[in-house]
Amino acid sequence: MRAFVAVMKRDLRLSVRQGADAATGLMFFIVVVALFPLAIGPDPAILGPISGGVLMVTALLAATLSFDRLFQQDFDDGTLEQLLLSPLPVEFLVLAKCLGHWLTTGLPMIILAPILGLLLNLPAVALGVMLLALGLTTVTLSLLGAIAAALTIGARRGGILVALLVLPLAVPVLIFGVGAIDAAVSMGSSRPHLLLLGAAAAVAAALAPWATAAALRQAMT
Amino acid sequence: MFHRFANPARFMAVAAMILPWMTALAAGLLLVGLYFALLASPADYQQGETVRIMYVHVPAAWMALFVYVAMAAASASFLIWRHPLADIFAQAAAPLGAAFTAAALITGSLWGKPMWGTWWVWDARLTSMLILLFLYLGYIALSQAFDNRERGARAAAVLALVGMINVPIIKFSVDWWNTLHQPASVIKMSGPAIDPSMLLPLLLMAAGMKAYFLVVVILRMRARLLSRRVQVLKLLAAET
Amino acid sequence: MDHFLDMGGYAYFVWPAYGVVALLLLVFAVQAWHELRRQQAELTALERLGLGRRRDRQADRQDGSGGHDESEA
Repeated sequence: MRAFVAVMKRDLRLSVRQGADAATGLMFFIVVVALFPLAIGPDPAILGPISGGVLMVTALLAATLSFDRLFQQDFDDGTLEQLLLSPLPVEFLVLAKCLGHWLTTGLPMIILAPILGLLLNLPAVALGVMLLALGLTTVTLSLLGAIAAALTIGARRGGILVALLVLPLAVPVLIFGVGAIDAAVSMGSSRPHLLLLGAAAAVAAALAPWATAAALRQAMT
Repeated sequence: MFHRFANPARFMAVAAMILPWMTALAAGLLLVGLYFALLASPADYQQGETVRIMYVHVPAAWMALFVYVAMAAASASFLIWRHPLADIFAQAAAPLGAAFTAAALITGSLWGKPMWGTWWVWDARLTSMLILLFLYLGYIALSQAFDNRERGARAAAVLALVGMINVPIIKFSVDWWNTLHQPASVIKMSGPAIDPSMLLPLLLMAAGMKAYFLVVVILRMRARLLSRRVQVLKLLAAET
Repeated sequence: MDHFLDMGGYAYFVWPAYGVVALLLLVFAVQAWHELRRQQAELTALERLGLGRRRDRQADRQDGSGGHDESEA
């Protein structure tokens, strides 16, 4: 447990000290969301209904940009090899890394999301559901991203490749997440969507660390 | 039974033996299938002659799924038992699977235009196929993204397994999404029961495509094995 | 014959569908065949240089693909 916390703290400290990386992802999130009204037009009647989808897709893209930070740097400077040699099981190491990643990318996006929802004319009733859906989605994304990041260690064009691998795998959470927000917007029940989203997050939390650990071991040999 | 073919030399010998037969079988099945699909089967009372597109569309879609499952199974046997041919099979099969998926999408679109009045609808099955195509493309891109072939093979194998777990979840989520946004006046493509006169060409074409797949996958695997050998010899030549 | 080619007025959809599938199948088959012949030719050329045969065992141990493939020769 101490090793788990130590790995997570290290990632958090690193991302605070090199704040630019995490901040760039957030800037991307904001800028892309702001592009939609410019492209589609400022009509609140059009923006409101699509705001859930816009926020979700943009969060997905912003998260995708940050995955190569997850393992590649640690691999390059040899830290990853050290970490794999530590007594901490690799699966837990991966979980610690994912948690650190979520705290530095997912959480800031959730904090910003209400303001962006305002810009997109997201109905106020849907705000709570949107935050919950975004939270579950970003957690799952951090876990899925870890698999892709581990698979592409040392690959040519790693960054763009990660996006190509993660985006199809993220289709279910995108559908459930946007479904929950849309249901809340149209005064329907978001419950089934949120339950499915939670189930997806639980499955990802159970299987992704395992797959990531396998991928990391492959990358090291 | 599989480890009998684990020895590449034996695989080459067996493959060379069955290849002509398999080629003849594939050509025969496809020709007879074409005859039944285009001439000796009735037009649908609702869809008219466009129903003939089904005889290439549905087998291609079946192959798209079959190849992915076969690829994932081979990847598992490569990762678990270090089967030396499994990764070569998986990588030889992937572009073929992607081609079948693309064929299913294009023929589906050509079928959709007269039936739905537009080239593309976000129908659950077409959408799942589209995402399957993305999974294939990701696999191919990953397997070729490394300078070290072995590393690419292993990473791609892990990805194939992750994708395999995800395929049913994606399928479910797309069906779920589709029921939420049910497009109006979509003609159901599959009736409750399919007439035997239509089933025969369908099965013949499906069997023909499967035989075709085996022929081409064997050709591709042999080329890959030979290219490995050529590279080893080149290294030896450089040393001496 | 015209009736057959017309496909009940749907010729523009039925024939391209069959054409696309036929084209894809053909391209992949020809490409695979071509690639195999190319590798075989390269291997023969290397063997003619006196490599390969003599070093068969050594090569086999390294690449794991023993034996030769002479079926098409």
